Amino acid sequence: MNILVLGPGCPKCTEAEKIVKTALQEAGVEASVEKITDFQKIAQMGVFSTPAVVIDGEIKCVGKVPDKSEILGWING
Amino acid sequence: MELFKNINGVRESKTQVLKDTLGKSRPAKAKFIFAGLAGLVVWYIIYSQLLPFSNFFTFKLLGLAPGSHLGGAVQFFVYDTPKVLMLLTLVVFGVGIIRTFFTPERTRKILAGKRESAGNVLAAMLGIVTPFCSCSAVPLFLGFVTAGVPLGVTFSFLISAPMVNEIALVLLYGLLGWKVAALYLVTGLLVAIVAGWVIGRLGMEKHMEDWVLELRANGEAVIEEHLTWSDRIKQGGVAVKDIVGKVWIYVIAGIAVGAAIHGYVPENFMASIMGKDAWWSVPAAVLVGIPMYSNAAGIVPVIHALLGKGAALGTVLAFMMSVIALSLPEMVILRKVLKPQLIATFIGVVGTGILLVGYLFNIII
Repeated sequence: MNILVLGPGCPKCTEAEKIVKTALQEAGVEASVEKITDFQKIAQMGVFSTPAVVIDGEIKCVGKVPDKSEILGWING
Repeated sequence: MELFKNINGVRESKTQVLKDTLGKSRPAKAKFIFAGLAGLVVWYIIYSQLLPFSNFFTFKLLGLAPGSHLGGAVQFFVYDTPKVLMLLTLVVFGVGIIRTFFTPERTRKILAGKRESAGNVLAAMLGIVTPFCSCSAVPLFLGFVTAGVPLGVTFSFLISAPMVNEIALVLLYGLLGWKVAALYLVTGLLVAIVAGWVIGRLGMEKHMEDWVLELRANGEAVIEEHLTWSDRIKQGGVAVKDIVGKVWIYVIAGIAVGAAIHGYVPENFMASIMGKDAWWSVPAAVLVGIPMYSNAAGIVPVIHALLGKGAALGTVLAFMMSVIALSLPEMVILRKVLKPQLIATFIGVVGTGILLVGYLFNIII
């Protein structure tokens, strides 16, 4: 599983990355988590509101920090 | 046989899903709405008792003399701290709910392809209710530009969003009355509309970074969310926890400083530095405000006290707008997408607008 957390480095995006990693640990799922801070790359992906979470190429969440329960749903479902 | 088993299986799982959603949402929904209404009643009862309580506390309980420095400062603090915090909580909650009806994506769709003038007005007004996190400024800007929103209209949004925010308005209302709050709202919108319009007229589209001009919108990622009323109330609560939780300490610090000024600084002391007659005070206020970045929460109580000591309203409003709207950190971030000339123009136009607002009020009031 490949997870991208998009955000320029403000507290909200850092929190999003932390919650994703916590969720992965809880679910016991292996995945690579990459933080993308470059605005150009983020815009080219069609994302115009940060923080955002992309799992295996699919955009799951845009513009807010996701709930842990939401993330668990995405990685388990 | 197999077929029937499968159909029954499907039917059973569907009922299960229905039961789960209905079973969870009905009592939960009622709980939130009831809690919300009860909260409002309790809030009102407490709020109406604040002034009498602060007087009782300062002059009867602590036995301080009315009119004394310490008495004045303590009464100010005891009255204003819970009053401001409660107003803040109420308004952040309300605005949090309003914001669940707006998303940057929806705003983007509304503004795309609107001409200038009408677009500027709409953008400035949407800036107030669209949820805006300052780190989202760049992605938002890119989104607007690629959707075909004119540059000037985008700027109107970017100016009004951080500046005309509910925290500033609540605090101004709570400490300075509804007239000042309304003034701030109207002039803030005017600065956003006019500055955005002027920047649009200057035709500086080519002053965006090259990679921005080459960006193609590959269709935007939109996640449609369907929120129920209990979801919205919950979001309101989350907003309160987030915002008030982050800001309360600045509010208390600001009120403490304000209380000290209120109690100890002699009347008209500020008139010499920030008064109407010091013509250089307005531009100085704007310049001092640029490198400063603060949230409204800490600044307003201080401004309130300064005003009470003779500072002119125009100077003080100009200072506050400059601190919030022209923030150095935001400029640094915007540098990633805007060429220096455009950033300089932005600061110049908005700064001039704020300057005019400052002078206007010093003359009128």
